[in-house]
Amino acid sequence: MSAPLTSLDRPNSYIGRSVPRPNAKRLLAGRGRYVSDLRLPRMLHAAFLRSPHPHAKIVSIDCEQARALEGVHFVATGEDLAKICTPWTGTLDHFKGMTSEPQLPLPLDRVAWAGQAVVAVVAESRAIAEDALELIVVDYKELPSVIDLDTARQSGAPLVNPGSASNVCFRSQLDSGGVDDAFATATHIVEGEFSFGRHTAVTLEPRAIVADYDHSAGMLTVHHATQTPYQFQDLYSRHYGIPEARVRVIATDIGGSFGMKLHVYHEDMAVVGLSILLGRPVKYVADRTESFVSDIHARDHRVRARMALNADGEILAMDVQDLTAIGAFSTYPRTSVVEGNQVIRLIGAPYGFKSYRAALEVIFQHKVQTSQYRAVGHPIACAVTERLVDMAAARLGLDPFAIRDKNVIADDAYPRTSPTGYRFEALSHQACLQRLHAMMDYDALRTEQAELRTRGIYRGIGIATFVEITNPSPAFYGVGGARISSQDGATVSLTPSGEVRCLISVTEQGQGTEAIISQIVADQLGVVQDQVKVITGDTEVTPHGGATWACRGAGIGGETALQAARALKRNILEIAALILQEQPSALDIIDGQVVDASTATPRLPIAEIARIAYFRSDTLPPGTQAQLTVSHHFAPQGYPFAFTNGIQGCSLEVDVETGFIKLLKHFVVEDCGRIINPMLVDEQLRGGVVQGLGAALFEECRYSDTGQLINGSLADYLVPMAMEMPDIMIAHVETPTKDTALGAKGCGEAGTAAASACVLNAVNDALAPFGASINSIPITPTTVLKALKRF
Amino acid sequence: MKARAFSYFRARTIEEAFDAHVRCADEARYIAGGQSLVPALSLRLQAPRLLIDITHIAELRGVRREGEFLRIGALTRHCEMLSEPLIAEFAPLLRAAAPFVAHPAIRNRGTLGGSIALADPAAEFPAMALALDAEIEIAGRSGKRRVKADDFFIDLFETALEPGELIVAVHVPLFKSGQRIAFDELARRRGDYAQVGCGMLATYTDKRVDDIRIAFFSVGSVPTRAKQAESVLAGAVLDAAHVAAAQAALANDLMPPDSDDVPPAMRLHLARVLLGRLLGRLGEGA
Repeated sequence: MSAPLTSLDRPNSYIGRSVPRPNAKRLLAGRGRYVSDLRLPRMLHAAFLRSPHPHAKIVSIDCEQARALEGVHFVATGEDLAKICTPWTGTLDHFKGMTSEPQLPLPLDRVAWAGQAVVAVVAESRAIAEDALELIVVDYKELPSVIDLDTARQSGAPLVNPGSASNVCFRSQLDSGGVDDAFATATHIVEGEFSFGRHTAVTLEPRAIVADYDHSAGMLTVHHATQTPYQFQDLYSRHYGIPEARVRVIATDIGGSFGMKLHVYHEDMAVVGLSILLGRPVKYVADRTESFVSDIHARDHRVRARMALNADGEILAMDVQDLTAIGAFSTYPRTSVVEGNQVIRLIGAPYGFKSYRAALEVIFQHKVQTSQYRAVGHPIACAVTERLVDMAAARLGLDPFAIRDKNVIADDAYPRTSPTGYRFEALSHQACLQRLHAMMDYDALRTEQAELRTRGIYRGIGIATFVEITNPSPAFYGVGGARISSQDGATVSLTPSGEVRCLISVTEQGQGTEAIISQIVADQLGVVQDQVKVITGDTEVTPHGGATWACRGAGIGGETALQAARALKRNILEIAALILQEQPSALDIIDGQVVDASTATPRLPIAEIARIAYFRSDTLPPGTQAQLTVSHHFAPQGYPFAFTNGIQGCSLEVDVETGFIKLLKHFVVEDCGRIINPMLVDEQLRGGVVQGLGAALFEECRYSDTGQLINGSLADYLVPMAMEMPDIMIAHVETPTKDTALGAKGCGEAGTAAASACVLNAVNDALAPFGASINSIPITPTTVLKALKRF
Repeated sequence: MKARAFSYFRARTIEEAFDAHVRCADEARYIAGGQSLVPALSLRLQAPRLLIDITHIAELRGVRREGEFLRIGALTRHCEMLSEPLIAEFAPLLRAAAPFVAHPAIRNRGTLGGSIALADPAAEFPAMALALDAEIEIAGRSGKRRVKADDFFIDLFETALEPGELIVAVHVPLFKSGQRIAFDELARRRGDYAQVGCGMLATYTDKRVDDIRIAFFSVGSVPTRAKQAESVLAGAVLDAAHVAAAQAALANDLMPPDSDDVPPAMRLHLARVLLGRLLGRLGEGA
């Protein structure tokens, strides 16, 4: 804890303490309640027939044999669901000029990627439903497809959406001015083209949904493995014409999401419609092969970028073009252009240069949709920037630390606006650089590297600074017309026994939300953490809010809980003051006891206040109405985003004969403001780093020229595994945001933001003696051997 | 995905298994560890009407010496390759390869007979059977026969097994003094199918290699012996020139498949690197 003591450092303080997650034992004991575990009476199972073609016209569908199979209740095609579900379009108003085709749960006459669901079967069991799929005959007429980014951009290329003018979904430009002048006068210019493969989330628990429509009550209940139950309540209500209050979305235990579980998927919308049509609960759990062809993919960028520097190594300007291919349509309701938008706005973010120009082009192709996945845009922006910085350092003969130290925005130079328009409240690049240098024992690593090279062992050291976007305000989605909340709500109650219940709109999907909320509430109220029960993920019960995405749970949800707990404490102390005939300001609560604020002498347990308020209100002064349930909503104000920052480092070894890379050690210094639970923050960072390392070395959705995903299984799509992961050392700098009392910013994406950039720099460092250079991820043995011209 | 419905029969003897297989014509499959078959069923890549469980047939079990051979029952599980002392002593190449076979959960169920019968060209044990000059004991309705590993693997997933036949055991010539082994593979993640793998058994007189058998996996449609490299090395001392000549000879021994992520030229390069490293280890007395 490097931050000075504040009002948060009090007896009973849980903020800043590594306390275990209250739900960990339950999950370890196998008592988790995941949607895939759920069995409702009269529940049926859905399975989907998928398109084998990337682009085809549906000529006819013959479902007769499938309908006749025993145990089959319903076979639905596009028309069946189009009658009850209105189409959706994945555009937002603040992305001017963007287009996308309207979508329905199942297509009416055309498929646009291989793997698109075409027909739904509902049966007594999943196995029977799959038997029926084999009996369906779809007659397709194949249409020309565009798979590759360059082909899609050519004039005269087949159109992903026939009738549109081109395959461009969206274009955007930024120009701070002065770029051409800066490049004209620069002493050094470094440039490169960088490519980033498609990858996907691979959550431990796949997408899962049970929709249960009750015609007698006009009530839709959806058990949905999602990060954003309120968003889906709104969507199911509007697209199926059911009043919002009669749609309940329950998202209890979620087995990982990483941004993948907040988008609309055709199958999920279809399952809701199927339940409405059948009046019975319908369950669908994506299996792994389906996940690979229907979950969102992410990344898939090609960035051309150049950087101008003066003779001293000061960065003067950057000029960037990002091309990204997003599949056949833009994702709903958050679109598929946010990643590109963040790439061009985050490039160069740690550095103090003034002149920046960027162009973004977002392209359609016949593949599954891409959209927001952990650290949206960050790894691309970070890798492009940091690789150019390393190239510049090599050109100038500067050490990677030295060039960064020269160029990062100084810690005392805030507030500051980036050339892309981001407003930074306070970042700590210099402090982080220093900390990392010491933690890595950098000079010793370099000495060892030099010594090993003489023996033919090629180690690489890479570092990468980053800026992360957290705590988003309505500037993120709300201004574009999306009904996605950036506020959160919490209801905190004192129970009759003197315990505390907190209902809150942020959700838990394995990252420890419930733990930190209970810490904050216990801390602010002055009770033992065990006494606080946190309830999340049920739109019928918890207040409306944004839930969990873009690193907002701690910063926004946490502040909501803090303010609600403070309000409840005021109310408790008001009643206590009446009972004790004191001023409320003379009292405090410690360990569930009302105490004298000055001496901490116990006066009355809060359980006694609850007993009196709930059961013996007759003993309170006339006119007293105890308010022991408090609801509070909080929306971020002030800065539109709470930016965080940090730096990562890694050490690795390249086998220059085989191209294999061994990760030796990874280092993170991160500043997420106020840390609520250091253990959870560290594990979030480690998990994020591992995902970044996966992107760097292993993960890629590979397609054939004909638009087929060719590695859509866990045998062929390589996720990072424990054996290949290095030890990850973590340190913190704390710069709390002053926008909130809590001071917390997000930390969930920081690990992913810079890990792949670090590896890219380290591999290039290792290959430097050979004059070889790699500017693409994932970095596979094939990439390395090609760069080394070994075959 | 869920497997299509099938019937299940547990056989107590080889004869019971044969009878069940005949009754179901071509639509029966034997199942032992199920580590390849069950995923294929779940993906509906295979949909037999009947699964015949052979794991309770006593005759397919057990590891013991039989004359100049070590008899390893077909039901011997991969994990037993790691724990069985007879295998460590008399078939150390199998012991060396076993840790590279998938992951512990798979090794706990997968069987040697299943791996040989499937003949996955990327699997470790079929190739090691080649390197060891093992003999595959096969039972059919007309009796038992022994087929040398060299004659067993015919084409992609195609072996000398006739429909309805079962592997009873794998017979490995006993490891002798003067012999050395080496094994390694190049896989991007521990437990994955390798991009290239290799095992070898060499018989030495002093520093000279009298005879060497080198088998590669993940290099083509079948597990493959590097016969030209072997002949380069036979009778030689493993000096740099001979190692280089053996590496060069691999161009004739291996025909790596076309693959978008590991181009043939790269796979050949990796095979040469691996061969060089393993011969180096042999020379050190691996």
